[in-house]
Amino acid sequence: MAVAFPFSAIVGQEEMKLAMLVSTVDPGVGGVLVFGDRGTGKSTAVRALAAILPKMTAVVGCPYACAPDDTRSRCEFCSQLKKQQARLKTHLIPVPVIDLPLGVTEDRVVGALDLERALSAGVKAFEPGLLARANRGFLYIDEVNLLEDHIVDLLIDVAASGENVVEREGLSVQHPARFVLVGSGNPEEGELRPQLLDRFGLSVDVKTPQDLGSRIEVVKRRDAFERDPQAFIEQWKKEDNKIRRKIAAARERLESTSVPDAVLERAAELCMKLGTDGLRGELTLMRAARAYAAIQGTKEVMSTHLKAVATMALRHRLRRNPLDDTGSGVRVERAITELFSA
Amino acid sequence: MQQELIEDALYDALLAAALFARNPTRFGGIKIAASAGPVRDRYLDFLKHCLGPEFLSRKLPLNIADDRLFGGLDLSATLQAGRPIFNRGLLAEVNGGLLIVPMAERLSRGLAARIAAVMDRRRVCVQREGFATESAADFGIVLLDERVADDEQVPAELVDRITFQLDLEGFSYRSLEDAISLFELGLRDDGMPVQAGLSELDDGIIHALCTTAMALGVDSLRALSAAKRVSEQSALWFSRLTVTPEDAAIAARLVLAPRATRCPVEPEETSSEPQPPADCAPSDNDRTQTEQDPVNDKSDPALDEPTSLENLNDLDEVVLGAAKAAIPAGLLSQLLSGQTLRGRGSGSGTSGVQQKGGLRGRPLGVRSGLPSGRARLSVIDTLRAAAPWQKLRAGSTRYPLSRVKITADDFRIQRFKARTETTTIFAVDASGSSALHRLAEAKGAVELLLADCYVRRDQVAVIAFRGKRAEVILPATRSLVRAKRSLSGLPGGGGTPLALAIDACLQLAHSIARRGETPLIVMLTDGKANVGRDGEPGRERAQSDAVRAAQQVAMCGFTAMVIDTSPQPSEAAQKIATEMHARYLPLPYAGAAEVSRFVKAMA
Repeated sequence: MAVAFPFSAIVGQEEMKLAMLVSTVDPGVGGVLVFGDRGTGKSTAVRALAAILPKMTAVVGCPYACAPDDTRSRCEFCSQLKKQQARLKTHLIPVPVIDLPLGVTEDRVVGALDLERALSAGVKAFEPGLLARANRGFLYIDEVNLLEDHIVDLLIDVAASGENVVEREGLSVQHPARFVLVGSGNPEEGELRPQLLDRFGLSVDVKTPQDLGSRIEVVKRRDAFERDPQAFIEQWKKEDNKIRRKIAAARERLESTSVPDAVLERAAELCMKLGTDGLRGELTLMRAARAYAAIQGTKEVMSTHLKAVATMALRHRLRRNPLDDTGSGVRVERAITELFSA
Repeated sequence: MQQELIEDALYDALLAAALFARNPTRFGGIKIAASAGPVRDRYLDFLKHCLGPEFLSRKLPLNIADDRLFGGLDLSATLQAGRPIFNRGLLAEVNGGLLIVPMAERLSRGLAARIAAVMDRRRVCVQREGFATESAADFGIVLLDERVADDEQVPAELVDRITFQLDLEGFSYRSLEDAISLFELGLRDDGMPVQAGLSELDDGIIHALCTTAMALGVDSLRALSAAKRVSEQSALWFSRLTVTPEDAAIAARLVLAPRATRCPVEPEETSSEPQPPADCAPSDNDRTQTEQDPVNDKSDPALDEPTSLENLNDLDEVVLGAAKAAIPAGLLSQLLSGQTLRGRGSGSGTSGVQQKGGLRGRPLGVRSGLPSGRARLSVIDTLRAAAPWQKLRAGSTRYPLSRVKITADDFRIQRFKARTETTTIFAVDASGSSALHRLAEAKGAVELLLADCYVRRDQVAVIAFRGKRAEVILPATRSLVRAKRSLSGLPGGGGTPLALAIDACLQLAHSIARRGETPLIVMLTDGKANVGRDGEPGRERAQSDAVRAAQQVAMCGFTAMVIDTSPQPSEAAQKIATEMHARYLPLPYAGAAEVSRFVKAMA
């Protein structure tokens, strides 16, 4: 695909857009899982997001696009380089948004021996895979529930540890692989492994817009985009830039955005009420609320922020009750209203 | 004009092919429902004629492996060259052309999703076997749908991405042939359509298309864009400079009507029309009947009233009317009888739960590992893995004599996906309330099912319940003789211990599932429980016990079906079915043949 549909031109789907912005502002929130009907613009939104992200600073030549000031998880390449020169050369690069296509083989995901070089020069060299390329960026899996099991196993481990360990074909390599996992899929095509589900910080359900007005608007914008993509992008450039600046500003503010104890208590109460397993739900909820507050430009997280992100942070963490047909999103909302009205 | 001379449905089918052929890649694809035969062949010939003689087309075999679909290592070239050589896949090869998928209803979800992803991007991205390449793959897809039963469906993700859907079933070869010659005559009369700059689409047209889509319950936004494209192509086809309401009507007929999920009719109207309640597979009979009479639908005042829409302007009504008239007859009867169109689960026409890792079944790709009792060596893939290394290893002394130098790392094992057997559990209500002759029918159905079990490799078990107990009178078997013997002595009469019966089904289903087979529960009952779990009589208690037992079945996720045997569809049986997440079939006068037909469709 040559050009992406502008992010700001996507009609409606506010929850999905918010979830994506939140995970952009604070990658620590974890990935976003988008479940929904066909033709709702799930992949369009992810590709649009890639185009809108502010560029990042990376060490020149580093295969993992390490950040120059990152001392904690510096890769082999950068450590070697650092020994030779005091200041690492850097450049601005677009944030990687890497597609994990279905039918991908294991060697391409984790990386493998570079065959070309092994054969021509007899050198045992590591050819980084998709996990390496996704470092500091996004890893996008369309139709996530159709991904093969052995690939899912790989992802589950790496997504949690932020590090890819390769032990194959006589190679022994470790490299940083911290990425935001973005998955999309159709619930009718099957369930996700609970472990993989847990790796996604936020989860949103998308539906096709049901009101005539927005449906007409979708068709019209799509039409305009297909007719003349460049002109359409130009038309929305201002709006897209606004969002880009918003992301950058929110990232700056994030560190200084504080979380008052009262809000922390509320979050804990909510998680307890819903019976979410473990602390991950609570942690994600807090981080998401803070990122949202930073986007809104407030210094302190307030309960409105908590409310706004609670559903997407907790929806996929509820224990399943097969006898209760209510969607988990509804259950979270019900708990929120009960808690905040009390 | 040729249009008046050709039957509406036929004309639409031909127009769809003609419009699709103008720009197959932009329209994404066409789905043709028809059994293999002269009619379909003639239609495909016509499509090819519209595309031109040199147009590229490739067939997609259903068992295609990923490396041929996307591209991968070329084994012989790699061995020869001593370095990895990439071989383009089918999707890249068909770039700019037509991908023909025969038996699309048998397409697996995985394959469908892979193709859909490529269609979205119009490129193939290959990340496998050491290659990371991208190439253009912009193609139109022709889905040949040969389904006969409802549980076989062309994967929805592909159907959503194509523009045209048509049903050739019901057309005779003769009428098609005549229509094509008339249609082609019309082409010559009108001259070839000019490709001119089309002025921008009128807001009213978009409004009309969106309104129609909503009225018909067409949810997908892709369908809307497709309808818009068709209206534009139609304007070009008829050498018009702007898109007119007529073009919008054509788009509504060709794109929106076949996707209808509800009928824009007042609900009262629907219920007053007696519909055959269990008409899953509309017979050819009623299909042709409605087909012959499309004008009837149009002039029927009941059909002209949309349900949930106000402020319809004239244009909207014209387009909606056109779409309604074009809803395929079989679909219409389904919509009117209120049946849901969403298939049962994923439904790519497979039977039984699929199990991975077996030694039989369809190949499911390879992974590295050593062959053992549970895994079979894949020779080709092992060779492929070793191929690039041959030159390098040639210098080593580790492989003194062998021609092909293979190490343990190279071993690849084949994985398979096997269809598990289905065991159908019949729970037969032998109580007094279910008349005795029902029992005879149930017995007949079991025997009929068993008769073709050998082919299907499926089994049948029977549970009978009456009085205070439910017992397995026929453990899972494939033996017809044994079944006949144990069924023949089955007495009837007494109370209805429904909860006990469901519990027994559940227990049996669990043991079947543990054996690695897929259970299917079929209950033949009127749902009027009057004996509780503890064997004590009492209607209320018995009902609540039965509901609870039914919920258990739903919780375990077993596929189930409730066949209501009471003379009038009863609320009790319906409630049990809902709680069980089971399919509900009121079959007041069901004979053995019908019961077995439905069960077969379900398994």
